[in-house]
Amino acid sequence: MGRTTVRLIQYALTLLVGLFMVVPVVMSILAGVTQNFFVGLKSGLTLHWVGEVWRLYSETIALSMLIAICCVALTLAIGVPCAYVLAKRPGRIARAVEEVLTLPVAIPGLALALALIITWGGFRDFRTSWAFILVGHVLYTLPFMTRSVLSVLAASEMRDLEEGAASLGAGFWTRLVTVVLPNAKGGILAGALMVLTLSVGEFNLTWMLHTPETKTLPVGLADSYASMRLEIASAYTLVFFVMIVPLLVAMQAMSRTRRRAAHPEEEPLPCAPTPQPSN
Amino acid sequence: MRADATTIELNRCGKTFADGTRALEPLDLTVAAGETVVLLGPSGCGKTTLLRLIAGLEAPDAGGRVRFNGEDVTGLPIERRAVGMVFQSYALFPNMSVRENIAYGLRVRKLDKGEIAARTREMLEMMQIGQLAERRVHQLSGGQRQRVALARAIAVRPRVLLLDEPLAALDAVLRDRLRVEIDALLRRLAITAVYVTHDQAEAMMLGDRIVVMSAGQVEQAGTPREIYRNPATPFVADFVGTVSRIATAAGVVLLRPEDIRLCEVAAGRAAATVETLHFLGGRCQVGLIGGDGARLIADAPPDTPLKPGARVGIAWDDAAPLRLPLMEAAQ
Ligand SMILES: Nc1ncnc2c1ncn2[C@@H]1O[C@H](COP(=O)(O)OP(=O)(O)O)[C@@H](O)[C@H]1O
Ligand SMILES: [Mg+2]
Repeated sequence: MGRTTVRLIQYALTLLVGLFMVVPVVMSILAGVTQNFFVGLKSGLTLHWVGEVWRLYSETIALSMLIAICCVALTLAIGVPCAYVLAKRPGRIARAVEEVLTLPVAIPGLALALALIITWGGFRDFRTSWAFILVGHVLYTLPFMTRSVLSVLAASEMRDLEEGAASLGAGFWTRLVTVVLPNAKGGILAGALMVLTLSVGEFNLTWMLHTPETKTLPVGLADSYASMRLEIASAYTLVFFVMIVPLLVAMQAMSRTRRRAAHPEEEPLPCAPTPQPSN
Repeated sequence: MRADATTIELNRCGKTFADGTRALEPLDLTVAAGETVVLLGPSGCGKTTLLRLIAGLEAPDAGGRVRFNGEDVTGLPIERRAVGMVFQSYALFPNMSVRENIAYGLRVRKLDKGEIAARTREMLEMMQIGQLAERRVHQLSGGQRQRVALARAIAVRPRVLLLDEPLAALDAVLRDRLRVEIDALLRRLAITAVYVTHDQAEAMMLGDRIVVMSAGQVEQAGTPREIYRNPATPFVADFVGTVSRIATAAGVVLLRPEDIRLCEVAAGRAAATVETLHFLGGRCQVGLIGGDGARLIADAPPDTPLKPGARVGIAWDDAAPLRLPLMEAAQ
């Protein structure tokens, strides 16, 4: 077999796998905007189903956004100080906490939810409010935030920067506000974006924690799959895509710029029009 | 010497890190007001640790005391010691322009706007980086960063200036040039300075006094001349300059390259075979193998007729050999 044949086979295979994954997505989106999916595209395109989704499920979308934003705020408020302390503390306890932070990732959402219900389920008002779901989301996403921030705070450059600021007379709060946080911005933003995305898309935990009054978007999705006509379920999926894809794209873009920032020497220095000092 | 320059005094200052590393044996050190002391030693010998003790970035082990002008500052964190520090990594703030970096310490001290602007401009001019004022740190070359780091540290008019291998990251040409500039700057400011380096040429050039360190201990402290001519230990003799050890009937003689005269075999006090010749411009560096197989290094005129393989005699003045106190005790 020649090289070109091998190439061709590789291309064909890649294309096939790609199609295998892309076609269902396209089909599902199409299903959301066709009049009658069983008749097919010739029945005509419509935004009717999207409108129906809005009428039936706009509350789940609003609740998802509300929970996601509160979740970001809380994980920022808890995770950033947490990461700072971990970055500052040498020693075994801090390392142990770092290890523990990775645990919830390994614990299934269902188990976490069950633990929450067993522990706090007795408090009826709390159990039936969306705050219950929020607590679950915070527990689930906090490690992601903390680790994302920790990775920038624990870098040796950050220690140098803070010591540099201290050497110039800056006390703790001044250092924190003028040097540490601004230079940790990348990690903090990346963490916030990840938490937002995870919270908006979280199903396992939320499905266990929700009540008929507190449904989030993914739970509503499952609900519509089970009980609605295919077009509505598909239109709903479309709405979900429209919300989550920009978040995912932003996350990718951020990690790319951060990787570049970590290796600035690959970036060409901007040419200076002014004469360089002789050094 | 500036009237308000600060004396640094370390008393029984040792450092053991949390993981048990003994980075510094308890030591005493005094830096006179306005003096530049260079801490010289191989990597890992504790220079940075000692500098950080003076700065207030590390606390000495129990019993250690740091004093500035007699005032006990052991318990003060760095931000309250009024020191200027130039870090090995420069530690410039990437979120600020060059101008903002230099103004940082002044802003923290809440000086008024006009004063901050004036002093920042003065620093920019003094370090010849005026045209870089609005640049970001990542847009600067290594040498430019170095200047900004210096400007930022001295802008606040610190009591003492501490520099941790400020030139180590630069290429040789730039290093030579900045070394001269830093020397001029330290003399002009007449500030008490502690300068860390592992480069003996740098130490000789900048230091009023040099403190040679090894394995967390001070091997010797003295002027560059004292350290070079009268090393206290074999370690100092080898680390500061080159020594050749020549076995004679009266014992081993230690000689600097410039003190070895190459001559006819018959006229020499010892004999050796030329192994290598390196032309260095103003002189030739000659590598030799002595009668007992020891390697020797000698200087020769740049136009020396010697060739590898030649047998030569080695001569020296009676005053030339280094006298190590330890060796004399042993003999
Ligand atoms: N934070 C620390 N924890 C443990 N050991 C350290 C720490 N900092 C430095 N050391 C150790 O202390 C010794 C002296 O280090 P350092 O003062 O940085 O040496 P130098 O600056 O002369 O190269 C080295 O063995 C180093 O590994
Ligand atoms: Mg060091």
